Amino acid sequence: MDEKKTAWERLQLVHTKGRPTIRDYMPLIFSEFYEMHGDRLYGDDRAIIGGLASLDGIPVTVIAQVKGRDINENKNCNFAMPHPEGYRKALRLAKQAEKFHRPVICFIDTPGAFCGIAAEERGQGEAIARNIAEFMTLRTPIISIVLGEGGSGGALALGVCDELAMLENAQYSVVSPRGFASILWKDAAREEEACNIMKITAEDMLRLGVAETVIKEPLGGAHNDLDKISENIKEYLSLKIQEKLQKDIDELLKERYTKFRKIGEFTNLSDFE
Amino acid sequence: MGEGMLDSFFGVVKKRFNGNNSDDNNREMVKCPRCQSLILLKKYEELHRVCPDCNYHGRLSSKERIDITFDEGSFQELNADMISCNPIDFPEYSEKQEQLRKSTGLNDAVVTGTAMIKGIKTVAGIMDSRYMMGSMGSVVGEKITRAFEYATENKLPVILFTASGGARMQEGIVSLMQMAKTSGAVKRHSDAGGLYITVLTDPTTGGVTASFASLGDIIIAEPKVLIGFAGRRVIESTIRQRLPEDFQLAEFMQEHGFVDMITDRKKMRSTLYHLLKIHGYGED
Repeated sequence: MDEKKTAWERLQLVHTKGRPTIRDYMPLIFSEFYEMHGDRLYGDDRAIIGGLASLDGIPVTVIAQVKGRDINENKNCNFAMPHPEGYRKALRLAKQAEKFHRPVICFIDTPGAFCGIAAEERGQGEAIARNIAEFMTLRTPIISIVLGEGGSGGALALGVCDELAMLENAQYSVVSPRGFASILWKDAAREEEACNIMKITAEDMLRLGVAETVIKEPLGGAHNDLDKISENIKEYLSLKIQEKLQKDIDELLKERYTKFRKIGEFTNLSDFE
Repeated sequence: MGEGMLDSFFGVVKKRFNGNNSDDNNREMVKCPRCQSLILLKKYEELHRVCPDCNYHGRLSSKERIDITFDEGSFQELNADMISCNPIDFPEYSEKQEQLRKSTGLNDAVVTGTAMIKGIKTVAGIMDSRYMMGSMGSVVGEKITRAFEYATENKLPVILFTASGGARMQEGIVSLMQMAKTSGAVKRHSDAGGLYITVLTDPTTGGVTASFASLGDIIIAEPKVLIGFAGRRVIESTIRQRLPEDFQLAEFMQEHGFVDMITDRKKMRSTLYHLLKIHGYGED
């Protein structure tokens, strides 16, 4: 792994035009993909796609945030910022996967859940909360991978899983660095400074117990060798899905709960006095 | 903590009738953040911080909330001593915590424990917006999680009063993960058949709205309080237009289907009692 890059340099890489999106990876990782649309409640959000796929002959449910590769695609998928109906579609498909005993694979790639009037009116907070709670007890294996950006609750709504992997240059954060600078210092221009102190790199995620694996990117970044990075992702998924399918489901759920349960750092005041 | 500081924490602007420095406290005024009317501070406090003109329910400290909600002397705090570390080594975070502990007398933004409502035992959590805007970091996450685990183990109902600006930025990704941790504990309590009542108070936003605050079996809000996911400023800068005044208020959220009932503070205790009774608690 190229250790020398700063978080800010990695963010630039993630924002590089030509950085592969789920649409690039899909045909190289899965042999079939039947997309399923809609949340059955309101509509079909284009920032999240989902459906049935085959991974080495194993049926899986794939749920993914979609970044556009150009301005037209980005308009269509709202720059990968989902509305509540996107999260509700994800939950519907996850429940379907549970029913038919299919593992769920989530690809996270979003600056955050969309912030707008309609999103609030349709309950953005409730939709994210519901996914987090339901994924915690979903009785089928869940593997999540952060492809580029994993921003805020909008990412976590697809991030409650048995194991989380980060692509080498991907980032996962409580809010985008720009949002962080704006909230904390009322100055979005201090984005770079925020990025470098927020601890958002793949390495940071391993250290903080948020992620279990870093998937190596080709030299210079994922866009330099799509076949190679797809192969790396596929290899990881095949291994993990096999491993998780062999586990007793109650044991798996206990471990999933524990994975999140143990994150946090606190102490007792009396230990200081 | 000084009176002036208290007022700024509660989001009300203190004004005096005359511009001089009269120390006659009886004439101190506060301005309602919703309808802007001026209210005598003394009267506002007598009304438990409810605006007599528009019925906006202002912010209470966790202690005030406990006093008006639970049976006298029944609140027994759990994990009172827990304080945050500095998981991402954020500059000056530890110092800020230490200073806030002194000025607020709180150890973090939530107080949890067991408490009785007219003799019915509950597990209670009360968030306090005076401490870093009620933001959720490791301590809030851990205390809420432990509260639900305790309730599940002891077959008790949970009542949470939420008040939060969301995830605590200074703890970075660790704060975000508290959303998963708390929601997981809520889900287990729910699956075990436990009753969870959320009372949304001013303000309930961000990562708290997107986790345990939205997961109550029954979601109650106080009148005119702010409830939402994204902040008003963020949305306004995204859509480049001013939002309507009532946007994200309790009444707006009820109209859109995310709040079961809006309940006045003076009826909260008896409402909670009846809801607990209906669910069979307190019938040993």
